Amino acid sequence: MLRYITSRLGQSLILLVIVSFIGFAVLTLAPGGPLSQFALSPGMTQEQIAKIAAQMGLDRPLPVQYFDWLRHLVVGDWGTSYRDGQPVLAVIGSHLFATLLLMGTATVISVSLGSAIGIASALRRGTAFDYTMAVLAMVALSIPTFWFGLIAIYAFSLQLGWLPAGNMYTVGDGSVLDYLRHLILPAVVLALVDVAVWSRYMRTSTLTVINQDFVRTARAKGLTRRRILFRHIVGNSLVPMVTLAGLQLPTVLGGALVTETVFTWPGMGRLFLDSLGYSDYPVVMGLLMASAILVLLGNLAADLIVALIDPRILLD
Amino acid sequence: MTAMTTEPARRPPFLKSRALRRFVRHRLALVGLVMVVLLSTACFLGPHLLAYDELSIDLRARFAPPFSGAHIFGTDPLGRDIAARLFHAGQISMAVGFSVMIIATCFGSVIGVVSGYYGGRTSAVLMRVVDAFLSFPSVFLLLALAAFIQPGPVMIALIIASTSWMEVARIVEAEVKSLRNQDFVQAAHMLGLTGRWIMFRELLPNAIGPIIVAATLTVARAILLEAYISFLGYGIQPPLPSWGNMLNGAQQYLQSAPWLAIVPGLAITIAVTGFNFIGDGLRDAFDSRTQEH
Repeated sequence: MLRYITSRLGQSLILLVIVSFIGFAVLTLAPGGPLSQFALSPGMTQEQIAKIAAQMGLDRPLPVQYFDWLRHLVVGDWGTSYRDGQPVLAVIGSHLFATLLLMGTATVISVSLGSAIGIASALRRGTAFDYTMAVLAMVALSIPTFWFGLIAIYAFSLQLGWLPAGNMYTVGDGSVLDYLRHLILPAVVLALVDVAVWSRYMRTSTLTVINQDFVRTARAKGLTRRRILFRHIVGNSLVPMVTLAGLQLPTVLGGALVTETVFTWPGMGRLFLDSLGYSDYPVVMGLLMASAILVLLGNLAADLIVALIDPRILLD
Repeated sequence: MTAMTTEPARRPPFLKSRALRRFVRHRLALVGLVMVVLLSTACFLGPHLLAYDELSIDLRARFAPPFSGAHIFGTDPLGRDIAARLFHAGQISMAVGFSVMIIATCFGSVIGVVSGYYGGRTSAVLMRVVDAFLSFPSVFLLLALAAFIQPGPVMIALIIASTSWMEVARIVEAEVKSLRNQDFVQAAHMLGLTGRWIMFRELLPNAIGPIIVAATLTVARAILLEAYISFLGYGIQPPLPSWGNMLNGAQQYLQSAPWLAIVPGLAITIAVTGFNFIGDGLRDAFDSRTQEH
């Protein structure tokens, strides 16, 4: 187990290094680079821009710049926001909770609903229900999240007036119920794609488990259908889904960005777009790196959890 | 030389193969094909049948609702005909989708075949790079790139392709790895064929099924991503219409003019659903494992 953890940690570290290469390349090699905001302002002369470049250390060789950038990244000095002078990590940190709340709620919805649909489809394989769910899942995967958000706002808040159209809470009303009312629409919209993905994989996973010997044994022992389903099938089909949850992280995070934009949700996605609008490069780069690190950590956690609940994985 | 390495069963003629018959039997794939064909026909013929072009502004007819007058899908805040813009935008969105598909599939296939053929350290490095790219939420990476680089339709296609090649690379790598030790590859080795010949003339053609499936799904994905970034204002720039940038600004008129949001979104959904249905049908057609079920 210890060897597995170390090797898995090593892999993540290597990935992190490559991720940092890509991040640095995006920052540096994009035409305009980090100085484009100065180049755009009319009062700037070429000499002034060169001077700023020297001050920021941008006239040094690229490898030197890279290691300097990486060193700052590692010690937690991610620069300061151009917009309000706050440290980048603090800015990101203050938006992290809203995004995690949204993603967490959406994941709870997609895991429970998706698993239920997936198991039901597997048990009723080949029926009209199975077929309908397959088609619905594919349609759900094809609907743009932001457009689904717009339609949801139109239907449920503008036409029916049931739920608020955006924001995380009403100013002056801090009740849990108020937070919940604001959470429902964006969380459901974000969950849509994941329900589809989850239900498809859960169906496959359940079908694999159903045909295994221990299920036949359970049936032969005379256990009730319900007991076989909940004690033997559901638990075992969920194991590969932990890995899937890790792999789905980038999609969910990207989806959260889009959902937050439509619902003016004050999370990382909203921050990302605002920072793009202000050409606030340190925050943009910080968010790019933070999201990749979050994904790597999520995958690592998923693999370790799988190894913990299903030690057979260590034999490979 | 080639006559010896060519086994008759190696590359079944696609159009006559069982794969096509199974694709046709797959009703959903046909539905998808019909959706895509109808939508493309509308986008390419539509502009010639309408009385308005996509840029003509009619200030007296601003916010005309659909199906109510001369403008069948209504007009936008500037009084431009939505149908004309929708069809024109469709040409652009689909062109972006197909360009991304071609670029991403070619690049991904090359990475995949090189990695799968050489294996070992080459494969380890290349596949870790693939993993690293997959660690970024593609919307974040796309938006950062699109904001840094002056966007034009060609650049947008390149940027989207740069975040869409990894799936193909993985699929091709896995496929090539499983083919690498088969007899026809050994035979090619013994004939003294070069690595490049074996990779691109022997291995890649045999992985064509999964590549076509991945390519189809890439079109769907690219149309979605283009819509996302254009909706957020970093993709195709007005006055050039795209399905995504037609939705940009639709949110503020959601109450008074909901058709601004509904019409382009439906077009995106139809296009993406169509390509996804086709991709699913192709997967069933090529995948011998699904035969058993």
